[in-house]
Amino acid sequence: MTMHQALPGDDTHSVDSTRPAYNYAYLDEQTKRMIRRALLKAVAVPGYQVPFGSREMPLARGWGTGGIQVTAAIIGPDDTLKVIDQGADDTTNAVSIRRFFEKTADARTTEATEQATIIQTRHRIPEAPLTAGQIMVYQVPQPEPLRKLEPREAETRKMHAWAEYGLMQVKLYENIARFGEVTTTYDYPVMINGRYIMAPSPIPKFDNPKMHMSPALQLFGAGREKRIYALPPHTSVRSLDFEDHPFRIQSWTQPCALCAASDSYLDEVVIDDQGSRMFVCSDSHHCETRRADGHRGTMLGDATASGLVEESKS
Amino acid sequence: MTVHASLPDTALDPAPLLSVAGVSRFYGERVGCKDVSFDLWPGEVLGIVGESGSGKSTLLRCLAGIDQPDAGEVLFRGLDTPLDIYSVPEQERRRLMRTAWGIVHQNPRDGLRMDVSAGGNVGERLMDRGDRHYGQIRERALDWLSRVEISGSRIDDRPRQFSGGMQQRLQIARVLVSEPRLVFMDEPTGGLDVSVQAKLLDLLRVLVRDLGLAAIIVTHDLAVARLLTDRLMVMKDGHVVEQGLTDQVLDDPHHAYTQLLTSAVLSV
Amino acid sequence: MTTMIRVENVAKAFTLHNQGGVRLPVFGDVNFSVEAGEALVLAGASGAGKSSLLRILYGNYRPTSGTIHITHGGKPVDIVAAVPRTVLDIRRRTLGFVSQFLRVIPRVSALDIVRDPLLARGATPEDASERAKAMLARLNLPQRLWNLAPATFSGGEQQRVNIARSFVDPSAIMLIDEPTASLDAANRDVVVELIAEARAKGSAIVGIFHDEAVRETVATRYLDITDFRKAA
Repeated sequence: MTMHQALPGDDTHSVDSTRPAYNYAYLDEQTKRMIRRALLKAVAVPGYQVPFGSREMPLARGWGTGGIQVTAAIIGPDDTLKVIDQGADDTTNAVSIRRFFEKTADARTTEATEQATIIQTRHRIPEAPLTAGQIMVYQVPQPEPLRKLEPREAETRKMHAWAEYGLMQVKLYENIARFGEVTTTYDYPVMINGRYIMAPSPIPKFDNPKMHMSPALQLFGAGREKRIYALPPHTSVRSLDFEDHPFRIQSWTQPCALCAASDSYLDEVVIDDQGSRMFVCSDSHHCETRRADGHRGTMLGDATASGLVEESKS
Repeated sequence: MTVHASLPDTALDPAPLLSVAGVSRFYGERVGCKDVSFDLWPGEVLGIVGESGSGKSTLLRCLAGIDQPDAGEVLFRGLDTPLDIYSVPEQERRRLMRTAWGIVHQNPRDGLRMDVSAGGNVGERLMDRGDRHYGQIRERALDWLSRVEISGSRIDDRPRQFSGGMQQRLQIARVLVSEPRLVFMDEPTGGLDVSVQAKLLDLLRVLVRDLGLAAIIVTHDLAVARLLTDRLMVMKDGHVVEQGLTDQVLDDPHHAYTQLLTSAVLSV
Repeated sequence: MTTMIRVENVAKAFTLHNQGGVRLPVFGDVNFSVEAGEALVLAGASGAGKSSLLRILYGNYRPTSGTIHITHGGKPVDIVAAVPRTVLDIRRRTLGFVSQFLRVIPRVSALDIVRDPLLARGATPEDASERAKAMLARLNLPQRLWNLAPATFSGGEQQRVNIARSFVDPSAIMLIDEPTASLDAANRDVVVELIAEARAKGSAIVGIFHDEAVRETVATRYLDITDFRKAA
């Protein structure tokens, strides 16, 4: 562990003005221990929401403070951190969080999924398969999947405790009755290990199957709601459905316009004032990797010419 | 003799479905209900009558597992093993209330999910117990809507769009779909106008008979009690002052209070 | 002969708590029995307590003292001491009551009212409907009324529905209170026939008949209750 600040009473280190006045990875060690204890409990009871003492962070709640605290509690100097927001490594929030850990934890950072040991994410799971030893950290705005159905916290806890989950199924029933299908497309509720219903955070339901039996450890932090929950590697994650209306992921009629991928989650991008649009991979690193490998979508030329993407340097 | 030698042998069930012993509940110094004991057999409909504040709703809440009594025992025998509902964990009590028991509230808003469609309201108990086939859940919901005389075309409408009488019938369908053994009803026709009441009463009468339900009905309306119940308990100030066969109690009341109640009604 | 009803030492008084606790004795020291196949007609002046006695036999009024054993399922059961569900079982299987008035249930058709006791005793719906229709036809209730609820029927029509309900499957014991009060001669004769048929099948009949001609035809024995009144 790298010490950035002398502990009180530890007079072998005098305060060094060249070092920042905060602890390694920003949080003090007691807080990290508290979070690690919550994480251990969460891993031991997959899908169960463990309360924790969420701290003030140098950014507003709702901007990923839960994920940041979890990352801060587990990161070490040997880790390589990737941060994505809506699948992209280069959005403001992702860049800020990455820089935060570069500064406070001397972390190596990367945009390559396969190189990362910790991937903090908002709204996506990378397209590249996760591997053993990797840790996913999800930023969670609303950890309680039953909240919109049952506003009373005491009641939702009882419902989890005794697996009274009929009401969640009623919500899916209502969807099918009104729209002919389950219209929930993100934060689609999942059953963990046949026991707890869990909010997968606002990832698209496209990503739900990636959680199932994943070799990576998956940790979820909700800073504002002060809850941590987790999926240990190789945990069963089943998306709720009906026998005659099975769970389905989104699909697109066309491949990615830039890299021609037909099996990745696509964002719809409006590209001019006439309402023209293109569908491109939401996972920016995945798309770049494929282009570097020579995959070319139908609009790659146009996008390069207009400066929307950089031509691969291969 | 006899003329009815060919009658099926309807031997009476040996054990009551519900045994209530010494149930009391106090609100500080005030008596909610005191030392109430009775047995209820399968298929029996018990009425609890009395004026407002007589303790009948308090008693119902104690019997139905909603409020824990300060003393006494409520033993339910509708499952494989007898269940003392206040000594089992809350989890089992809640499960009982969603499956083998049903509660019909006076105000349908207390018993329905107002933001959920009629079909979803009826289907919830099925999904609670693990049904996961949308088509079958919907089929059963349609069946129950028709049994409570709600048009199948209303299945996707929300209860807010229903009249008071329809809401009450929907609540009954929502409860009965899980085929409970015992149903508690708190003034099921309260707040409805007379013609709507009549329809609902007839519906309840037929359902109770066809399903062989045991029911406990709290009402201040003696005509409702006459039509729906086999037995009556008359409550005053938290005490049961008289009980017996419904027509006995109404036609030949012995207690002063019961005589007052029956004479205060124009014609039951 | 089988004794169907045995009344021993029955007394009845009403206590009106809300009128100064005044006690109204009706009768005392009532002892009699009724055999299967018998038609016992209660006699006595109006107000002597004939209807009250009939109600006591039915378990509707509770006697102040005494026992009333009803032969139910081959065994005598004291209806005074019986618990409610036993009383209901006796009524369902053994003991019928034919009153002057039909208790109209909203929205239930005449045919369903008549079918009901058959269904309760386990008949198939088809069989029950056939027998119910035959009985309504016999009592000359116009067919157009069968599927209507009797709330709007005339007094005589309602009464015929009531009689049809009671005689569609006669009970082992029939308690009959003025069944012909508002019937015309033709229907009155049908009722007399029905009573005779029930008796021939072994039913024990206890009745109150205002009409002297009917009374004479039906009765196999009279019981004057004026003496019980004196004993009150």
